Amino acid sequence: MATTTGPDSAEAPVLVGATRLHGIGVGRGGVVGPVAQVRPVPQVAADAAVLIDGVPAGPDEVRGAVGAAFGEVADRLRRESERAPGVLGGVLAATAEMAADPALRAKVLSRMDDGDGAVGAITIVVAEFAAMFEQAGGYLAERVTDLRSVRDRVIAEVVGLPAPGVPHLTEPSVVVALDLAPADTAALDLSMVLAIVTEQGGPTGHTAIIARQLGLPCVVQTAGATELADGVVVAVDASAGIVTVEPGDELRREFDQRRRLEQSFASDVAPGASSDGAPVGLLANIGTAADAARLTDTAVEGVGLFRTEVLFLDRVTAPTVEEQSAVYAEVLRSLAGRKVVVRTLDAGADKPLAFAHQSDEPNPALGVRGYRLVRTMAELLDTQLEALARAERETGIKAWVMAPMIATPAEARDFATAARAKGLTMVGVMVEIPAAALRATEILAEVDFVSLGTNDLAQYTMATDRTLGELGDLLDPWQPAVLDLVALTAQAGRDLGKPVGVCGESASDPLLALVLAGFGATTLSMSASAVPAVRFSLRRHTMHQLQAIAAAARAAGNAPDARAAALALVEAEVRMALQL
Amino acid sequence: MAEQSVVIASKAGLHARPAALFTQAAARSGLVVRIAKGSMGPVDAASILQVMTLGAAMGDTVTLTVEGPDEDRVLDELVTMLATDLDAVQS
Repeated sequence: MATTTGPDSAEAPVLVGATRLHGIGVGRGGVVGPVAQVRPVPQVAADAAVLIDGVPAGPDEVRGAVGAAFGEVADRLRRESERAPGVLGGVLAATAEMAADPALRAKVLSRMDDGDGAVGAITIVVAEFAAMFEQAGGYLAERVTDLRSVRDRVIAEVVGLPAPGVPHLTEPSVVVALDLAPADTAALDLSMVLAIVTEQGGPTGHTAIIARQLGLPCVVQTAGATELADGVVVAVDASAGIVTVEPGDELRREFDQRRRLEQSFASDVAPGASSDGAPVGLLANIGTAADAARLTDTAVEGVGLFRTEVLFLDRVTAPTVEEQSAVYAEVLRSLAGRKVVVRTLDAGADKPLAFAHQSDEPNPALGVRGYRLVRTMAELLDTQLEALARAERETGIKAWVMAPMIATPAEARDFATAARAKGLTMVGVMVEIPAAALRATEILAEVDFVSLGTNDLAQYTMATDRTLGELGDLLDPWQPAVLDLVALTAQAGRDLGKPVGVCGESASDPLLALVLAGFGATTLSMSASAVPAVRFSLRRHTMHQLQAIAAAARAAGNAPDARAAALALVEAEVRMALQL
Repeated sequence: MAEQSVVIASKAGLHARPAALFTQAAARSGLVVRIAKGSMGPVDAASILQVMTLGAAMGDTVTLTVEGPDEDRVLDELVTMLATDLDAVQS
């Protein structure tokens, strides 16, 4: 029945000689450890005697003893459910009610009245319900495991055996089972569980749910898993869905390293910085107040780009001052004093709005968009700045504000004047037009900070439509000409002692982020999920190394060479961990 | 006999914890409580196995009937329960 495969040298040379079991991986962790098989359910004869305190029950006592066994199992499960967290607690509560189910008990007693033995009656009635659940499929089919664990526990109780379940773990182990019932999981000492491997169960079943919740590597549907001997060492690779029996030294080292890295990723919540402590602020890009709320417990130093477009989408008229200030205030409160950079409306071109779209432009990416809307609809910007100033006053929290699509120092000055007139104090502009990058010093003289939008900067530098996939090579953020403009802008910021952030997609690339920081970008803003890898990457290089990486990239003649030159100087640990 | 329809509010539907809480309450009432979903059932509301086979998801309408002394109060209590997100209450 086991479909173990032999050496598979073509695929992964390090696995030569090792036996691999294939299953469906849950999560992405990898771990090496000894097998601990969950003790199988004892086989009990259908007509085994019902015992009360070790003595066979008399004919008058059997019904009562079976009823009490159901009740005892239900009580025990209820107690376990109260101790168990979240999803597991809910599943256990439902399992307890299965043991307490009056219909289940009535059917068992009725079969016993017809002459069946207690164990046989329980087995048959549970099988009937299990068949019904399996026929229903989906979620119910996956609850069959719970139903069977109720059966096994009640039978053990009835015949006076210890409750079947999991072994007492004395060392960190890989728990292997046919499938784990919630009751089994509750009985596990989770601090000793390295991973879970099951022969049955599905990727949405109980075991998988629990493994995800606990962050344990897990492989389900692993044929042959229950034949593994206790104590044999296995490597569980959840991302590949492979269990390697007695892995070689090389694979063990790789797994150990992977595990340490996973732990260090998750445990490092300190502000972004180089290894020698030069700060590089790590910020999140958001689009809504709900996004901001999700950042409450996230290790980011704030929001580097709050795209306000969402407020304006699907609307016939612009949102009022009141509507906008309520949203801005909510975002400021969610971040509770952490930095929040609000970008004023970036409409036009690829982001048309019903009330602000210039319909007849032949070339919308080069038309009236972003800050340029002030020429045709000045009230839009005025309303937005007023709303933000109001949100600041209401919350007592300062916001940073910046305008998109600034081309000249004069535009930067006009925007700064308008924003400061409303009482806003941290005013900046986006640098996404090459003209602004080339004149970054003059632009920065007018404002408090700038933020590089690398996607648009690449589009305008390379004269390449962002939406054209066939020209993707020209839009490569590693294009040396784009890197030149980023470096120029960062240098202007250093000269004037003003912050220069990056909020384009390139900031989320843990390799390119090193280059940006090396140029002197003071903050990197990206999707929150990209932050841990970037933080890890930065933390393993000195500022001097970052500068050398940036210089190497900029000295290259083309995009692929720029990337290769940067990569050659990256610490091996980072290359391996991030698979760069 | 008292009867009322109600829309399931729990995200998990009538499964897991919400189903456990509901069937416990039905059993505790000591009355004959039955639950149906469309043409499925009615089944014994105190039996979690039968309740789960209805496959009632969030947003589904189920019909409860209660028979016995104080049936209106029990019905009211159970309807309120199903109209609440029981997962949110518990966790």
